[in-house]
Amino acid sequence: MTTTTEAPRAVDVAGSDEIDERGRLVVEIGVGGTTVTVGIFRFRGELRAYENVCAHQGGPACQGRVVQRVREKLDESRRSQGLVFDADSMHVVCPWHGFEYEVATGRHPGRPDYALRSFPVQESGGRIRVTV
Amino acid sequence: MTATDPARTTPAVRRLPTQEITTRTDSREILANARRDTERYGLDDYFIVDVDSHHVELDSWPEILTYLDSPVMRDTAEQMMRNWPNAARLALHNHSPGLTMQDVSGRIPHQAALAEDTPDTTSGAHRDVTLVQRAMNAMSIDVQVVFPQPMLETGLHPQPEVATALLQAYNRWFAAEVLTREPRIKTMLGLPFENPDACLETIREFADHPGVIGFLVTSQRHAGVHRNAYMPVYAELERRGLPIGFHAGPNQSDTMTSTMNKFLSAHAMSFVTCNMTHMTNWVINGIPERFPGLKTIWIESGLAWVPFMMQRLDHEYYMRQSDAPLLTKPPSHYMREMYYTSQPMEWTDDALLASTLRAIDAPNTLMYSSDWPHWDFDVPGRIAALPFLDDHAKRNILGETARKVFNLG
Ligand code: FES
Repeated sequence: MTTTTEAPRAVDVAGSDEIDERGRLVVEIGVGGTTVTVGIFRFRGELRAYENVCAHQGGPACQGRVVQRVREKLDESRRSQGLVFDADSMHVVCPWHGFEYEVATGRHPGRPDYALRSFPVQESGGRIRVTV
Repeated sequence: MTATDPARTTPAVRRLPTQEITTRTDSREILANARRDTERYGLDDYFIVDVDSHHVELDSWPEILTYLDSPVMRDTAEQMMRNWPNAARLALHNHSPGLTMQDVSGRIPHQAALAEDTPDTTSGAHRDVTLVQRAMNAMSIDVQVVFPQPMLETGLHPQPEVATALLQAYNRWFAAEVLTREPRIKTMLGLPFENPDACLETIREFADHPGVIGFLVTSQRHAGVHRNAYMPVYAELERRGLPIGFHAGPNQSDTMTSTMNKFLSAHAMSFVTCNMTHMTNWVINGIPERFPGLKTIWIESGLAWVPFMMQRLDHEYYMRQSDAPLLTKPPSHYMREMYYTSQPMEWTDDALLASTLRAIDAPNTLMYSSDWPHWDFDVPGRIAALPFLDDHAKRNILGETARKVFNLG
């Protein structure tokens, strides 16, 4: 369960060197008898933190495969030239049924109202803190 | 402790041992989040029957093939396993290669394999039972109806005699090795539908076996279910009070799906069209009028197709009553008296789903199914979360209707 009666607080979860570029760290944070599981991701230097609960059926979305978005290339005549990975993106895929979330936004690329719950995350002095 | 308490405890931070879920991850860990629904909806207080789930029979294939009756067929299987580099777990089987697209390129690992450790298991069957128990416990399921996976393709086997022999061997193996290990596991055994006499023999051999609660037509096939040859089969099931289920399956090489270049497209269409075909023949030829006591279940096709078929068949029936002379009521009436398993419940639009549930009389006809470990499985919380059903209806769907249909006591 994620509800807590305590006020939000910044929790030190890891050292900066524990999350590489395009890397991820999933931690369970216990506060006052309740716990919340959070995935922290780094993409283009920026950190994002999301609850490990999928908007679909509640699956462990942050523990899925990290992969670039797949796009379909069209030529000038709009003929398909096949599939390509988009290096400008980073997705995490919920392993229960495959919902993909853009790490930068926490949103499903085709249905943005399907979104992961996000938490503020700060990085300073070589430490990463998530506010839960 | 309150927000203003100055002596708040320091939060404990634990790095999850599994950072990424793979085929090697334990089912209990994959499904750990289902516990959230169990707590939120009090699911431990519900009787939950999962009417459609799967085990991976190819993991136990050499064990199953020893149950083949015919020494000639057994020899063929042994030679295939010995000599063909990749046939150790496929001998005699018509495994469809398109099925390896199901896990969306490794994005949904449990579809490809449950390759987790099961220490101390002594056989394929023992391991299977262990995996089923893990899933049941993780999802708060009390009774699970377990089916094979690739065996559901036998309706498309190029050699009907082989298909019949494989189904017989599988049924004997499952009854002897799996059902005897765990009373919470039940099954509807597949009928060798190519051969109506063998269907009757199958029913007579297994109908009284503990854990066998009905029989199944693996419905991806080209036989018309209204053929006269099948009437003794339906009569036997009706007489014994045992349901018949139609379990849908994919086929990427029939005339329609062979135009499709994506697994998504073929899966979306063909899992439904096989049951639509059988439903049409079943109703329009008046099978429910001929066997009013035969309980009929439509499995793994989702639900959105049902109101479409109700409208479509009623519309045509009103204009062409002489094409369906056995009917005394509109087709939708008969369809509303059949049973449906819920998965994959297409819940993308509340209003459409609500009207689908109303159309099929869901509180009395719908039965929860997970389809675990397939890529589009549904947890029981899916039913518990439906905003337009009362608690009584949810209890029926999650288990009470199945209790009645299968006489689960
Ligand atoms: S629960 Fe995440 S994709 Fe379904």
